[in-house]
Amino acid sequence: MAEPRIIRNRRVLPGLGLTLAWTLVYLAVVVVVPLSTIFFKTATLTGGQFWAAVTSARTLAALRLSFGAALAAAAVNAIMGFIVAWTLVRYEFPARRLVDAMVDLPFALPTSVAGITLTALYSSHGWIGRWFDLIGLKIAFAPPGVVVALVFVGLPFVVRTVQPVVEELDPELEEAAATLGAGRAQTFVRVTAPALVPALLTGFALAFARGLGEYGSVVFISGNMPMRTEVVPLLIMSKLEQFDYAGATAIALVMLALSFALLLTVNLLGQPGSRRLTA
Amino acid sequence: MLENFGWLGTRDHRAPRPAGADPPLVQFALTAAALGFLGLFLFLPVVAVFAKALEKGLGAYLAAISSEEALAAIRLTLVTAAIAVPLNVAFGVAAAWAITRFDFRGKQALTALIDLPFSVSPVISGMLFVLLLGVRTPIGGFLAGHGARIIFAEPGIVLATIFVTFPIAARELIPVMQASGRDEEEAAAVLGARGWQTFFRVTLPNVKWGVLYGTVLTSARAMGEFGAVSVVSGHIRGLTNTMPLYVEILYNDYQFAPAFAVASLLTLLSLASLVLKHLLAGRIESAAPQEQAKSGARMAA
Repeated sequence: MAEPRIIRNRRVLPGLGLTLAWTLVYLAVVVVVPLSTIFFKTATLTGGQFWAAVTSARTLAALRLSFGAALAAAAVNAIMGFIVAWTLVRYEFPARRLVDAMVDLPFALPTSVAGITLTALYSSHGWIGRWFDLIGLKIAFAPPGVVVALVFVGLPFVVRTVQPVVEELDPELEEAAATLGAGRAQTFVRVTAPALVPALLTGFALAFARGLGEYGSVVFISGNMPMRTEVVPLLIMSKLEQFDYAGATAIALVMLALSFALLLTVNLLGQPGSRRLTA
Repeated sequence: MLENFGWLGTRDHRAPRPAGADPPLVQFALTAAALGFLGLFLFLPVVAVFAKALEKGLGAYLAAISSEEALAAIRLTLVTAAIAVPLNVAFGVAAAWAITRFDFRGKQALTALIDLPFSVSPVISGMLFVLLLGVRTPIGGFLAGHGARIIFAEPGIVLATIFVTFPIAARELIPVMQASGRDEEEAAAVLGARGWQTFFRVTLPNVKWGVLYGTVLTSARAMGEFGAVSVVSGHIRGLTNTMPLYVEILYNDYQFAPAFAVASLLTLLSLASLVLKHLLAGRIESAAPQEQAKSGARMAA
């Protein structure tokens, strides 16, 4: 990477050389070099091998489940995350600040802890799973379990993206609409909702991207049955365990390309809340 | 442009907005839906962790978290965090200084590159280090020939942890340093302060809560990372287990109560990090209007 050219020449503050050099070297060693190995490794595959790894029946089943479950979970989160964000900003209720703080729990809780706990809750003897068992619906060790895990890990992405936008909504706009004779529902649909749509889409995309790559919380609850409940990160893991590095790399490259495309979409949607989504 | 964000800090985010014109029935229904959903998905799991951990009694609980293997896992978790966190926070400060104090070409590309590890699946993050440093690779083979095992050993766990926690501190510090502005530092420099003097006397006091915030978030993630370290750990019992990995091993051995006992420690840790995070966020926000008022006054003068 070439050293970026300095535009601003009249500098008072020192330290650009030191901090920028440090930043670039550390970035190269920790991120760029490791990430580049995946491209070198893929380059050693022939087109045929790559295609075979990516389109095998097992890979396609895993891709289908990953996409389906991540989409379903992101959709649930888009709806419930909006309701949570709206409630937290607009309404007063007991322990509101505690609830607000708890929304970040899925960011903070190790995914293996989330995984075993959700499995215990949703298995057929669990506190929640037993009720679904009565109506014959299996959640843990079946595809719905994957969705449950992804709803858990994705929730804060939507809430923390939408919440600041609800905070910034100008109540005067809604009041103006009301003064001009719009009903509450009409005001929401015509004035409020359009302002929230970009943030909701961003939150949806972030939750979806996280869901596609999620491993820890899914590995326990899904049961890992190839062709049935195996998501793509689990498939990559099992290929690695069998020392099929080429196959694992090919699938990983597809996943990486997808998440970068999603990230690019998010950046193009360009919204202000994303910096709260780090942990 | 980012300086304009400062005024957001002047409003108290904690105070509820006037409820608008939502009818009481709608308010009730939405609040019930939100609390019901969060209760089911956030509060119930936390309760379940502790209930399951204490299922076999307090004695069994204490035995589970003080077994030799549990202590080894706790030690490795702490050592890993003790290496990864200072490196990444120091990087975060350096990167934030370069990005917020200077203008140079390629700044946007640099910030995008810093964010990159966030969009890589944990399993793929771990895999990168297996591909780079595994025994069958040129570098890994050379190191193994000299008796240094990286993958399926502790150094691999540390490297994978550094990778997944890499952007956190930088990402938190960039907006904080942006908001504190460079005026005071330029004043210090004009008055003859040397670089390090300016940094320790002016910059660091201004952004100390931001640094602490980044440290808390980085530590929480470093101690809790599972997927990436799972790939590079090789699961050697008692030797290369961090706490989240040890939870998995116990669980897969059908030792449910001990698994949840160790999990309860991790849960306490993450709850503590949430509390700290909110306290620090309050500090950073209450510091912001002051800065803004100062720079506003300066502009007016």
